[in-house]
Amino acid sequence: MDKWEDNKAWFLVLPVFVIVAFSAIIPLMTVVNYSVQDIFGPGQRIFVGTEWFKEVLHDTRLHDALWRQFLFSGLVLLIEIPLGIAVALTMPKKGWGVSVSLVTVALPLLIPWNVIGTIWIVFTRPDIGLFGKAINSMGIAFDHTASPLDAWITLMFMEVWHWTPLVVLLAYAGLRAIPDAYYQAASIDGASAWAVFRYIQLPKMRGVLTIAVLLRFMDSFLIYAEPFVLTGGGPGNSTTFLSIYLVKIAVGQFDLGPAAAFSLIYFLIILLFSWLFYQAIQNVGKGDAP
Amino acid sequence: MSAKEEKFEMKRLGLIFYLFLLLLPIYWMLNMSLRTNADILGAFSYYPADPTFANYIKIFTEEAWYSGYINSIIYVTLNTIISLVTALPAAYAFSRYHFLGDKHVFFWLLTNRMAPAAVFLLPFFQLYSTFGLIDTHIAVALSHCLFNVPLAVWILEGFMSGIPREIDETAFIDGYGFPRFFITIYIPLIRAGIGVTAFFCFMFSWVELLLARTLTTTNAKPIAATMTRTVSATGLDWGLLAAAGILTIVPGALVIWFVRNHLAKGFALGRV
Repeated sequence: MDKWEDNKAWFLVLPVFVIVAFSAIIPLMTVVNYSVQDIFGPGQRIFVGTEWFKEVLHDTRLHDALWRQFLFSGLVLLIEIPLGIAVALTMPKKGWGVSVSLVTVALPLLIPWNVIGTIWIVFTRPDIGLFGKAINSMGIAFDHTASPLDAWITLMFMEVWHWTPLVVLLAYAGLRAIPDAYYQAASIDGASAWAVFRYIQLPKMRGVLTIAVLLRFMDSFLIYAEPFVLTGGGPGNSTTFLSIYLVKIAVGQFDLGPAAAFSLIYFLIILLFSWLFYQAIQNVGKGDAP
Repeated sequence: MSAKEEKFEMKRLGLIFYLFLLLLPIYWMLNMSLRTNADILGAFSYYPADPTFANYIKIFTEEAWYSGYINSIIYVTLNTIISLVTALPAAYAFSRYHFLGDKHVFFWLLTNRMAPAAVFLLPFFQLYSTFGLIDTHIAVALSHCLFNVPLAVWILEGFMSGIPREIDETAFIDGYGFPRFFITIYIPLIRAGIGVTAFFCFMFSWVELLLARTLTTTNAKPIAATMTRTVSATGLDWGLLAAAGILTIVPGALVIWFVRNHLAKGFALGRV
């Protein structure tokens, strides 16, 4: 369906444009500025061109962090999106169960991120935490402070626990926005549950799933507080994700130039992949949307 | 029991199991919040054997603690209102009109969620100092618009695109002006979307720590920043932190409680 052609629609967009641009443009330009200068102190800076970018691109520890980050975000999307849709499909449509399940699902999202890490430290401790105690009592020696694999498993549990609710809420709201007429038509045709999901529910959820995939990709790629508090990037460097490494450079070593160059490259990677995801979801199965 | 009923039961059981797992860490936090620090570290216990409200009393009586909640609620509410009011017309424009640069602006909005915060904090501080906004609620509310307004536009656009344009056309033929059509017909149609958007704006602003901490000192200091203090002092006071954590859930849980009916309602064709 074609949209109406009218440039006056800009007036509807203008408030949003102004309010976002106010906070976006000047800080971004400042960071671009940092990335091409060597800063010694107030008023003492020299232009260094692309030196910081070259330095950052050849940093092998950054390469490691980048691969780790891709693995992490990939796992997050593969687990959370299907799980979130599945849970949304099982949620009741009316009655008191709606309120109970909606409120319960939302709870993990509402805890500040640094607190989530702290709570999971205790929760996974073998001596005083429920999760650690339960796993150890099954006879598995589990310790996320010593074993990289255990650290990853703990992080994934925490991440899935924390963020799947976001997918659930979006998918549920998307499902509830499907007019009953579609379901009635499907039941007259004698469509199976799978056919209803594949040809009605999934295409109708395209909008909310786009935002769910993009949000989960962006936020998991930028993840900082939870792993920083839970594992501190360890054991070794096994859970040092990009932003943890970035903060090490920016705050720990106060290398503003390389950190700014790093930030811009980081930003461009997220931009590229978000764009690819966006295009893919917009175009997949375009023909069968009702 | 018929096959259909059996399937229904399986679905219900699966959901209950998921919700149960979801509540376990929160139960553990509740358990900790009702115990003293020595008790938590001393022994494993499934429930508080000797429950104490000392942690909660401390939060409700010390100004440094409860003012954090008040500050957070003020700027989060401001942010949610600003985000929704500006995003609604913009999302309508993106879902209904072609205009110069529409696709680019739409995607550009989302790019504002893609930058790693660490290096941007210093320029942010400088920008807001220039306008004399440091340590005000509106500063935090405005800075959170950077990630919440794009989110609101994207979610609302998704819901609006699901609504047939015939509804708009019919209303305009019936002689509705745009503002009247938008408020009396259109907004009720997308209330599921508005409910979910309001909740997400509230949530992301509520849990954001870096910007909120950078832009405030005392008068608008958020609760999440207050909570980091328990980490640095004499070791970590787990019980106090857990109690504060339980209390941070409450306002957001109230928000989702109020929007739950809008969320679940969806919309039915032919209501206009």
